[in-house]
Amino acid sequence: MAVEVKVTATLQKVVGGQRSVQGEGGTVREVLEDLDRQHPGIMDMVMVDGQIHRFVNIYLNDEDVRFLKQLDTPLSEGDVLSILPALAGGSA
Amino acid sequence: MLCESILDTIGNTPLVKLRHLSPKPGVNVYAKLEGHNPTGSVKDRIALYMVNDAEKRGLLTPDRTILEPTSGNTGISLAMVARAKGYHLLCVLPDNVTPEREALLRAFGADVVYAKNATSTNDAIYKAQQMLAEEPEIYYMPYQYGNENNPRAHYETTGPEIARDIGRVDAFVAGLGTGGTLTGTGRFLKEHNPDVKVVAAVPHPGDLVQGLRALEEGFIPPVLDESVLDGRIVVDSRTSFAMTKELMDKEAIFAGISAGAVIRVALKVAERLDEGNVVALLADGGWKYLSTSLWSMDWGQPHAEVQGKIWW
Repeated sequence: MAVEVKVTATLQKVVGGQRSVQGEGGTVREVLEDLDRQHPGIMDMVMVDGQIHRFVNIYLNDEDVRFLKQLDTPLSEGDVLSILPALAGGSA
Repeated sequence: MLCESILDTIGNTPLVKLRHLSPKPGVNVYAKLEGHNPTGSVKDRIALYMVNDAEKRGLLTPDRTILEPTSGNTGISLAMVARAKGYHLLCVLPDNVTPEREALLRAFGADVVYAKNATSTNDAIYKAQQMLAEEPEIYYMPYQYGNENNPRAHYETTGPEIARDIGRVDAFVAGLGTGGTLTGTGRFLKEHNPDVKVVAAVPHPGDLVQGLRALEEGFIPPVLDESVLDGRIVVDSRTSFAMTKELMDKEAIFAGISAGAVIRVALKVAERLDEGNVVALLADGGWKYLSTSLWSMDWGQPHAEVQGKIWW
């Protein structure tokens, strides 16, 4: 199953400047592994010691997968993953 | 209500039932209106706690200037507390804040410097830390992102107020800025009911992300205790704006932009419950956003104005 993965500036460099790429897989992990085959280096940027990097939030549609089933979060047809850096909110 | 000082009017904000937006019978969504604080935002709570604690510990003395990086609300709250107690405040702002904010800071007697080329709060933090390092003897920096009095204010006031006003809380939703509101309030509510779900609404970083050179430049505030969170939901600017407008149209509540995001997430959480109470904390009122076209725009149409600015 193919899902859309949206990436921001730092990752766009690795995927040839695209804002959105297609990945194959039934879980978040499988999609990341597929993306890393297409664009080597993505895994190293997003993961540390087998876990999602502290400064990276991966959202399934609009929910952080850390609070779902992390990398084993299952995906459905039409889902969109977004890989975003953790940033402080503003009004702060 | 008789008060000895403006500082005594901080907190005890109303908790209002959203009669029209609550999605189904048996599930109630309540909005805690932090816009009712004296400067119109939740940040009055933490400004008072941080300054009181610094005085108590001797970190803040009358000869020192309070220095704080802020894109708005915390600066305005600190400006009020500083004026009430006789201190001078210097705020370091990123250069994309709305004009009302600077005007308010100056009205309270605070001074403002802009962090050059700063598009995010991160840049303002960096600039303020530099200023402090250069002249540590003239400044006191509360640093809300790392000050334990930030979550403590919410643990001791916001949480107890909610528990007092409605006995049963099934979910608590607030915006994630410093993480202080979610950490402090969430911690208190969980001590009373471990099953309460604490959910963060986070702004989609959108164009602001373009300034990041590496993921390591991401930022997790030290006061945020992620173990308190049960979910984190991202909301884009357009959705936040549209929901803020809907909150006005359906409930006559005049709130700031982040309120739209928080309500959006609260409704999503509410839809998953069969029954119960969801509390959404609305960090500020709508006044500081009047210079935007928020209230007049047709939110069915995409619009450039919402991109690349800090809204909360």
